[in-house]
Amino acid sequence: MQKSRKRRYIIAYGFLCIGVVVFVLLNIGIGSVSISFTDILHAFSGHETDATTASILFDIRMPRTAAVLILGGALALAGYLLQTFFYNPIAGPFVLGISSGAKMVVALVMVFFMKSALSISYADMIIAAFVGAMISMGFVLLISKKVKNMSMLIVSGVMIGYICSAITELVVTFADDADIVNLHNWSQGSFSGMTWDHVKVMLVVVSITFIMVLLLAKPLSAYQLGEVYAQNAGVNVRALRVLTVLLSSILSACIVAFAGPISFVGIAVPHLMKKLFHTQTPLIMIPACFLGGSVFCLFSDLLARMLLAPTELSISTVTAIFGAPVVLWIMIQRRKERG
Amino acid sequence: MDHDTAQKGKGLDMSFYVQTDRMSVGYQKKAILNDITLELSKGEILTLIGPNGAGKSTVLKSIARQLELVGGSVFLDGKNMTEISDGALSQKMAVVFTEKIKSEYMTCEDVVATGRYPYTGYFGILSEKDKEVVRDAMEAVHLMEIRDQDFSKISDGQRQRVMLARAICQQPEIIILDEPTSFLDVRYKLEFLSILQELRTKRGLTVIMSLHELELAERISDRIMCIDGARVDRIGTPEEVFRKGYIRKLFSIETGSYDEENGSMELQAVRQEADVFVLGGGGSARACYRRLQREGKVFITGILYDNDLDFPVAQALSKEVLFTKAFEPVDEALIVQAKQKIDEVSTVICCRDHFGSLDTANRELYEYAKQQKKLEAG
Repeated sequence: MQKSRKRRYIIAYGFLCIGVVVFVLLNIGIGSVSISFTDILHAFSGHETDATTASILFDIRMPRTAAVLILGGALALAGYLLQTFFYNPIAGPFVLGISSGAKMVVALVMVFFMKSALSISYADMIIAAFVGAMISMGFVLLISKKVKNMSMLIVSGVMIGYICSAITELVVTFADDADIVNLHNWSQGSFSGMTWDHVKVMLVVVSITFIMVLLLAKPLSAYQLGEVYAQNAGVNVRALRVLTVLLSSILSACIVAFAGPISFVGIAVPHLMKKLFHTQTPLIMIPACFLGGSVFCLFSDLLARMLLAPTELSISTVTAIFGAPVVLWIMIQRRKERG
Repeated sequence: MDHDTAQKGKGLDMSFYVQTDRMSVGYQKKAILNDITLELSKGEILTLIGPNGAGKSTVLKSIARQLELVGGSVFLDGKNMTEISDGALSQKMAVVFTEKIKSEYMTCEDVVATGRYPYTGYFGILSEKDKEVVRDAMEAVHLMEIRDQDFSKISDGQRQRVMLARAICQQPEIIILDEPTSFLDVRYKLEFLSILQELRTKRGLTVIMSLHELELAERISDRIMCIDGARVDRIGTPEEVFRKGYIRKLFSIETGSYDEENGSMELQAVRQEADVFVLGGGGSARACYRRLQREGKVFITGILYDNDLDFPVAQALSKEVLFTKAFEPVDEALIVQAKQKIDEVSTVICCRDHFGSLDTANRELYEYAKQQKKLEAG
């Protein structure tokens, strides 16, 4: 039993790592200007390369790919944390309205700063998104105290999301023309326009959060069994819940601040990983969700760029097409198990 | 600890393992049971009995520190529970509650192994010693053959044993169980409680649990706490608690009856004019009484000694029992009365296959019934 498990983990991790490498290469190589693999190797080995090619590679595609890698992982991890927290397999930052809450506050702040001709730092953006995430999370937590039903919680989350989006729309309508284009692109969710500066900030925020989540693996494993048994195992359940809310909100905020709201990754990836690894152990699932989220988003971003090139699709269009069926599948399966 | 509770604590005799001092339990600061004072020595088994919704689970959760006390305090091994750290408590106390464990892709062994949580390192990885403890615990409750099965796909009874194994491998000094035997069939009920008894004897484990099976509670418990919904009515040894008529009062039984002496319960007797007379004695007629009750037939029975095996069942189910004091000869007047009764009924059922040489009274009734052509074999 133990041996076959270990083998499964190794194979699954290997599979994910290969996925990451393959999709990173594809994302760098494919685009409206196609760059051959030998050219990429050439550029990386420090040889003299054509300036345009180098600029496309190093200033556009690589930071974008890096951002997708980091944010995709963060998104899946945020979904995993929320699912664990609510004991609900279809919870995620998008369906619970947390992304939309973050989006709303970021839009408000952006419009305000643009009006006052002030520049916004990334830290400001993340803080604004975090505040928004916490506002939505606060509402969701209030509702979750009243309704114990899983589907009702999700419906409430979707409603909160709608309210936040409506307010965002209102703000965008009153913004100046120039801002609208900017805001509109971002509020649909997109990885375009990422720079190395963006990547540096998100790398710091996400890796610190990731390590903290990994350090919570043991109490989370007890929490999964139910609060009663977590408490009996000596877990400070209240502290753990607070930490989980904070960490998942930080992750969600970071994603929204840079790429806008992205749907379904948070639900679909943890579920797929559970199926792949056949375990719910957080110590295995946390890195798995991160890698899985990276692969899923690298793949989705590639399609978003390629399908209607040179026009770009919003990332959520692609993630929804592949993610939503997974969610339906989860719901049908649960119904079957109960019935 | 504030000054007030410190004072209270000083007045207590700290030789007990579990001790509560005017503990009030309930939800959201509202007490449903007040001023519970309990003293339990190490290695004792305390069972909570009482009707549904009386607050047994609330008391158990409060002692396990899962619910905040509304008032008073609980002492474990001489220490106020509020001063024991989460980690220290988890090495002393294990629980098996009615809440189901949520699991996905977990084998029974995985679930049992979660009991090792308080002993594992930062990432919760099991050492060889941990694995050995897990194996021992699974052997103790006979789980080895299902160790690799998915926990969410086993029966309720098996699940309950997994939960017990999980609690055992937590290596606690005290274990708290809420209705642990509810889903078990009779074999596993007896086995489950025997394991608890063994742990108590071998490791000095203290047990606090709630049980619905009164007859089992009476046999396994050192002390019994009776909760009747408004208060803790009695705490004492089984002999002190299972006094005649008490269970009827505690559970407000209106239909049927419970016999404290034999730990047996009977459905409600049929109340009409009797049409059957049953000749019983020596335990021969109990099955017949119960059959008649099921069929809705009213009967009179006799002549029994008041220490007869048939006697308690007869008292619960028959319209009238003709009886006499044990080890005394049967009064002539009683035989006359019995004959009168036989005259009134249409059938006499005889459950005896022979009459002892000193049991002349019943032999006489047997002959009398035969004469009247009312006799039927039981």
